Amino acid sequence: MSDLDAFRAEIRAWLEENCPAEMRQPAADEDDVCWGGRNVVFKNPAQKLWLDRCVAKGYTVPDWPQAYGGAGMTPAQAKIWREEMARIGARPPLSSFGIWMLGPALLKFGTEEQKVHYLGQIARGEIRWCQGYSEPGSGSDLVSLQTFGEDKGDHWVVNGQKIWTSYADKADWIFCLVRTDKTNKYQGISFLLFDMTTPGVTTRPIKLISGASPFCETFFDNVVVPKAQLVGQLNRGWDVAKYLLGHEREMISGAGGGDRLNAIGAIVARRGLEDPILRAELALFDVDALAYTAMGEKFMDEVKVGKAHPAQPNMMKYCGTELNKRRHELLMAAGGSTALEWDSEETRGGAPARNWLRTKANSIEGGTSEVMLNVISKRILDLPGA
Amino acid sequence: MPLYHTEDQAMLAETVTGFLGDEGGIKKQLRALRDANDGAGYGADLWKEFANLGLTGILVGEADGGLGLGHVEAGIVLKEIGRNLTPSPFLATSVGGVTALAAASADLKGRYLPGVLSGEAVLALAIDEGAKHRPERIALRAEKAGNGFRLSGRKDFVIHGATADALIVAARTSGADGDADGVTLFAVPRDAAGLGHNAVRLVDSSIASHVTFDGVEVDGGSVIGEVDGGRALLDKVLAATRVGAAAELTGVASGAFDVTTAYLRTRKQFGQLIGEFQALQHRAAHLYSEVEIATAAAIKAQQLLDANGADPVSDRTALMVSVAKAKAGRACNLAVREGVQMHGGVGMTDEYDIGLYMKRDRALAEFMGDPFYHAERVAQLSGY
Repeated sequence: MSDLDAFRAEIRAWLEENCPAEMRQPAADEDDVCWGGRNVVFKNPAQKLWLDRCVAKGYTVPDWPQAYGGAGMTPAQAKIWREEMARIGARPPLSSFGIWMLGPALLKFGTEEQKVHYLGQIARGEIRWCQGYSEPGSGSDLVSLQTFGEDKGDHWVVNGQKIWTSYADKADWIFCLVRTDKTNKYQGISFLLFDMTTPGVTTRPIKLISGASPFCETFFDNVVVPKAQLVGQLNRGWDVAKYLLGHEREMISGAGGGDRLNAIGAIVARRGLEDPILRAELALFDVDALAYTAMGEKFMDEVKVGKAHPAQPNMMKYCGTELNKRRHELLMAAGGSTALEWDSEETRGGAPARNWLRTKANSIEGGTSEVMLNVISKRILDLPGA
Repeated sequence: MPLYHTEDQAMLAETVTGFLGDEGGIKKQLRALRDANDGAGYGADLWKEFANLGLTGILVGEADGGLGLGHVEAGIVLKEIGRNLTPSPFLATSVGGVTALAAASADLKGRYLPGVLSGEAVLALAIDEGAKHRPERIALRAEKAGNGFRLSGRKDFVIHGATADALIVAARTSGADGDADGVTLFAVPRDAAGLGHNAVRLVDSSIASHVTFDGVEVDGGSVIGEVDGGRALLDKVLAATRVGAAAELTGVASGAFDVTTAYLRTRKQFGQLIGEFQALQHRAAHLYSEVEIATAAAIKAQQLLDANGADPVSDRTALMVSVAKAKAGRACNLAVREGVQMHGGVGMTDEYDIGLYMKRDRALAEFMGDPFYHAERVAQLSGY
């Protein structure tokens, strides 16, 4: 038995022993996802038990170093962890922007002190983070952002407004892009961390077409941020942001833990499928979805050994999100008038329609499909003037 | 197993890229053969060079004198064949034919494999009946006659069938046309009495035969595998050839993509390079993505087929094989359509290569089942 086989056996046995039965079925809705944080509310005891057990072993962030709350798994071991989790249909014990986005940025750019402090909190699910990037006037053209941090010696005073801050009303801390030099567009932005309870921070949820409000407008009115809460170099926050956007795009593309693009024809057919042209569309979708799954596997394999093109996450994000939108269009078509129901019990409160509407943001958030295509043209294809 | 090439595979790719770039190029092979109105549809000298590099026996076991490599390696060769539009009997002979012969008697292997290994022989696949790929129905009959069989019926779309040393024929030895059982594979020699070839040139300049079997008599030793039990072997031959065709399609797609993006970098209109126009950049970027995904699907299918080994093709492998063939067919079709359009007027001329890619895509997409056929298989294998 190879070392990896032994490792797999160990993980399998641990999961068998420790993953509660309730946690071995896909999350039905947002409430089933454990986001952690100061104000965490567990939906049931199993959710808490599952989190506690994973935290104790470092399994909330299996591939982070043990010193920062992880399990120190190698890439090959982490892949086995994911495979064994998937095998029993286990839910992630903890989901958070801290794990997906801030963590990787801190691992690369943070000081040792920041790593120990913030990564540990993230791994234990103690602090829930939100991301302050977009502003009302800075969407795709993010680098034009205006939120300003005035230098006051040992701290900055931040004023401005962010938009599309996911779960800002539920988050404990924010990682935020702030202009610290008005004379330099790209090298005048810094990456700051601060507590959402700091005086001067207010949030207002934005109601979406799905009826949900996962995003907020966030306002900063003379918010004091100590200098120790800067990540990376002063005025080089754009480097951190770009690095982090790569992770966000991986996440949204599905390769890093987002919606899995499974084939759907068989699922739809179980409920009856009488329309031959819909069946044909489903089959063509399944071809694309299964091919994309192979692409996701190839991409992750290449990332692990540094073979992937650095701009490839943009391609994954573009294709993954466009496919997911198509998937939900087909699910709506297959669901017929039942899928239109907005708050019935049968649809668990209109889940099909609300999920369908939610997917429309996939190709907007984290860089629009059009921006992704721009980046592919420029950085991968090297087309002129792109 | 990671979905990228190992060091050995990357070395093979380098060798094959150099070899086919030099010797298998469009001008040297495809255009030369076409303009000379060559009747075979491939260059015999080039086939010998394939053999000199060991490539004709890439899937032949080492015990039988081959390289003993797998479908990932065969796919590397096919991708370069696709990129260069090289007319070659490699897919039918060294992938499809060799997969069939792997199940043959020592005697039958001895009859054909040495010629394949030395690059003196080629094999053709006689499977389709009619204009569409429907191997679930095999109507060509093979009846017991003495210690052998007598074959009657017809086969279509038999690529370079008229020049092949042997035809690998899927025939019905019992049951009804649509039965899974009752199929038997035969190796029928070129000079068998009663074999008729109507060879026609196809749109991509390849040569395919309508083959008629007018009571063709073969001895019992021509049977490959089991009498009446040939379906599993036929499925293996189909899976191997489909995966190979998918790999070749990804090569055609990437070749078409490269000549098109090269054109976007040189052609000027309205005082600027047309590659500067966002309308074209976005389409090129979308196309790039589709070709990348098709390539990943093809490699995944190759790996599954290699892992499948000598066992009958599993449903999971068959599913991914059909995903790969369908995806590669659609991505490549997009590549050649966008390619011709982005070339504008010159895309319609024979002088530019992009039209040759378009023709090849059309023929290769049809070969061993088009994307519609394989999407249907994906649905059926998924249970709907």
